[in-house]
Amino acid sequence: MHEYSLVQALVDRVEREARARNATAVHRLSVRIGALAGVEGGLFRSAYELCREGTICSGAELLIEPVEARWACSRCGRALAAGEVLTCPECDAPARLLSGDEIMLDRIEMEVP
Amino acid sequence: MCDTCGCGDPKLVPVEVHEKLLAGNDRTAAHNREHFKGRGVLALNLMGSPGAGKTAILEATARSLGSRRKLGAIAGDLETDRDAERLRTAGVPATAITTGSACHLDAEMVHKALHHFPWRELDYLFVENVGNLVCPAIYDLGQAASVVALSITEGEDKPLKYPVMFRTADLVLLTKVDLLPYLDVRVTAIEDALAHVMPRPALLRVSARTGEGLGAWVDWLEARRAAVARPVKAAAGAAP
Repeated sequence: MHEYSLVQALVDRVEREARARNATAVHRLSVRIGALAGVEGGLFRSAYELCREGTICSGAELLIEPVEARWACSRCGRALAAGEVLTCPECDAPARLLSGDEIMLDRIEMEVP
Repeated sequence: MCDTCGCGDPKLVPVEVHEKLLAGNDRTAAHNREHFKGRGVLALNLMGSPGAGKTAILEATARSLGSRRKLGAIAGDLETDRDAERLRTAGVPATAITTGSACHLDAEMVHKALHHFPWRELDYLFVENVGNLVCPAIYDLGQAASVVALSITEGEDKPLKYPVMFRTADLVLLTKVDLLPYLDVRVTAIEDALAHVMPRPALLRVSARTGEGLGAWVDWLEARRAAVARPVKAAAGAAP
């Protein structure tokens, strides 16, 4: 359940940002989680519900934007569909992951005096 | 939210961060990597399910390579230091990281373990991760390469079920292949599954028990090491 340690890192990061800006409350957090990030969105959310208690995030809504895995040939750039073999049928080069492995904190909406 | 009349209401501001949640871990991993590179130590992150044969492979590696190269290991487990103890018995200096309830090692745990472990003179440092086919994959430890041990008794479709682990692997060791005659497992099906999740599929069949495939594994290791070994150390090793 590494989702808990990830959420802990999230809350720590938000608290740091909020302190630096003298924020009095945090309203909303936006994170992006890729399909190949190894993170389960539901678990991430339950971990957040537990971890936010008693922190500046206690009243903050969590928005999770899922990101699909997108692969393309590392040589010719041809897009490979999900479920395909990860080698380009045209030039036999290995595929490169364009997106889908991110675990990102994008935005914090906070109240500042 | 009032910004017109000066009544002192707080403002709601959006702060763009766009930062990886694992940025802290990645920084420590980069620091570990610098250390390893600076000393010409090839660090490997060995991952796999509980019981995949990670420790057995390292014991067998010690038998094949231990007389020529200095091997060391950091073994992660939820409880006990049994794996580290097994490795020490096999002649590999080893230290344990007992994670308690954490399902993976992170870069900080490895960094702390390095403080109490004589890793600088090693040729190879094997980090045997916690047995788990999910969580360890996303934590960079500072390794030069990731190796996944997959035992043939785990079935043909494991790569498809755990794509995150196999996507980031540089090599898959298919372990316990001495059991193949007794199982209805097709290695071709495993290879096909890997081709769907691993951009550069690389698989070696090994058996720690019979020694099958260990030559190819050691060759793979030595080729990797040649790329990172410091000329100074190589020269010192060759000197009389």
